[in-house]
Amino acid sequence: METETITIKDNHVNGISFPSDRIMLDLKDLKKVYPTPKGDYVVLEHLNLQILKEEFVTIIGHSGCGKTTMLSMIAGLNPISGGDIAVLGNPIQGPGPDRGVIFQAPSLMPWMTALQNVLLGVNRVFPHASKAQRKDIAKYYLHKVGLDGAFDKKANELSQGMQQRVGIARAFAIKPKVLLLDEPFGMLDSLTRGELQDILIEIWNKEKITAVMITHDVDEAIFLADRVVMMTSGPRAKIGDVLPIKFERPRTRKSVLEHEDYYKYRKHLIDFLEH
Amino acid sequence: MKQSVTVNKTQELKLAGAAKAALSKFKVKSPKFDLKTFLRKVIVPLASILLFIGLWHIGAKALFNIEADYKIQKALTDQGQAAANAMAACIASGDISCQPNTLPSPAQVWESFNTLIADHKVISADKLAFKEKTAALNEKRISEGKDPITYTGRPSFVDQIFTSLKTVFAGFLLAFFIAVPIGIIIGLSDTLRNAFNWLIQVFKPVSPVVWLLLVFMIVKTMTKDSNSDSAFIISFISVGLCAMWATLVNTAMGVSSVDKDYINVAKVLKLGPLQKVFKVILPSSLPLIFTGLRITLSVAWMVLIAIELLAQSPGLGSFVWEEFQNGANDSNSKIIVAMFIIGIIGFLLDRIMLTIQNMVSFNKNATA
Ligand SMILES: Nc1ncnc2c1ncn2[C@@H]1O[C@H](COP(=O)(O)OP(=O)(O)O)[C@@H](O)[C@H]1O
Ligand SMILES: [Mg+2]
Repeated sequence: METETITIKDNHVNGISFPSDRIMLDLKDLKKVYPTPKGDYVVLEHLNLQILKEEFVTIIGHSGCGKTTMLSMIAGLNPISGGDIAVLGNPIQGPGPDRGVIFQAPSLMPWMTALQNVLLGVNRVFPHASKAQRKDIAKYYLHKVGLDGAFDKKANELSQGMQQRVGIARAFAIKPKVLLLDEPFGMLDSLTRGELQDILIEIWNKEKITAVMITHDVDEAIFLADRVVMMTSGPRAKIGDVLPIKFERPRTRKSVLEHEDYYKYRKHLIDFLEH
Repeated sequence: MKQSVTVNKTQELKLAGAAKAALSKFKVKSPKFDLKTFLRKVIVPLASILLFIGLWHIGAKALFNIEADYKIQKALTDQGQAAANAMAACIASGDISCQPNTLPSPAQVWESFNTLIADHKVISADKLAFKEKTAALNEKRISEGKDPITYTGRPSFVDQIFTSLKTVFAGFLLAFFIAVPIGIIIGLSDTLRNAFNWLIQVFKPVSPVVWLLLVFMIVKTMTKDSNSDSAFIISFISVGLCAMWATLVNTAMGVSSVDKDYINVAKVLKLGPLQKVFKVILPSSLPLIFTGLRITLSVAWMVLIAIELLAQSPGLGSFVWEEFQNGANDSNSKIIVAMFIIGIIGFLLDRIMLTIQNMVSFNKNATA
């Protein structure tokens, strides 16, 4: 396991860099300023974070500290005020399908069916594939998220949980280099949330797409992540601490909960948040 | 009087039947018989219709009496007691030469409605006969390159309805083809929206009459040496120009206020501008566009009557105006018939638009 070589200390804040060929996403001295009527508001400053290929990183931090701001900057949907963001060494230029996003609200086009919603992206990303091939790709991912019977259901006829499943299928189907998730299960009840976590991790185990996921649920953060990144409270938020989670993959919820280190990790995160 | 009462009854029965048919449409959800809903959805509306007709009948009768008393009084002062008695007798006998001219009763209106239908049948038969008679001749004329002979007789009430519908439809299409594309374009660009906002705000409240005059100035000159039907052109263009604003404003609003999440999805997928417009922006603004179109159609129908009346173009508007100027004894009741027909058609047009709107609306809960 590559994470085993990383200790909490040596990856701390502006610490040692990883070898560049292992880095998927590199945030360097990132800064974000929102102009407000009462003067500029510096949300993020001196934020440094490197995310490796095939890594699943979860981000926790207090509400309003700038997590969404950071993620939307990586997605290219929010302009950068300073520093830079690179994917595989190339600075990003606005949004693009190499960085798939799963938003907090499912954001499906309600006038389209589940299949059409997934196809919207697939058609864009695989323009040279035949129509049947593209349909197969979309159907494959809908199948993976357990929506076999709902291909032709209108998005607005699906429950929140089902809609978010389509959201997951849509994001994976465009085969992005990086998957960005902003509290994707925040609006769901705990039962549905658990189901979707399982689905997400199952697909992810297969595809190993570098993932950055914001969550406010400590257990979710531990269950899914290779590393949990903790952000300091704003203004001028940056990375406060990074906690590698050394559970084996594939993981099951049961094995994680029963692991002797689980409560150690959990305590570490809660201690950080309570300070 | 007795006769009028029976007429009144059948009319009520017919209305009741129509109301029931209309109401049964709303009863889709619970096929089970439910006394409370039945009461609320059938009996109460029915009672309100009966009450309306009853009040109308009483009111019309009161106005009739005032007018009759005045007539008798006038005969008395002008020509003496004998003339007054004769007038009273004449009014009581129902002779049309001396009937007071006032708000017609429901029964009279029903009678006029039947008269108009009968009149339509006569004219239709006439037209058909004319067509048969000239069929051979027209064929010959067409083969010789001459214009065929057309029927130029008086249009029936039903013909007028169809003329009005044709005009309103043409006006609506014009509004559609002007307002929707322009609405989309200005909706997409903040700059254009700001630039055109004053124009919309200034022209939106302009009265139909002024539009008509403006269109008249232009069309009159443009059709000077063509023999096209300029009254029709003038009225449908005016209708379109009056009615298009709601669609323009709603389309621009719908396009400019697309949910940010959808726009973000489009951005992440890097959809091209055309795909973005046709796959994301337009579908998401369809409900608002249709709300606009629905308002446009009802405004178009409302101003159409006034515009036809002023432009002297055939249709329900000129029917009403001609009847008013005509002043025949049943003119008033014909005007009331036209009023109901206009109202009912307006209602039906709105229902059609509402149905289409619900069909295209993806957010069914919001409009149901
Ligand atoms: N467009 C904006 N303009 C001004 N301030 C903003 C804007 N978006 C977010 N903020 C502010 O930036 C801070 C961080 O917001 P956000 O990134 O949404 O936090 P989080 O996702 O961690 O809860 C908050 O204080 C918020 O009020
Ligand atoms: Mg947030």
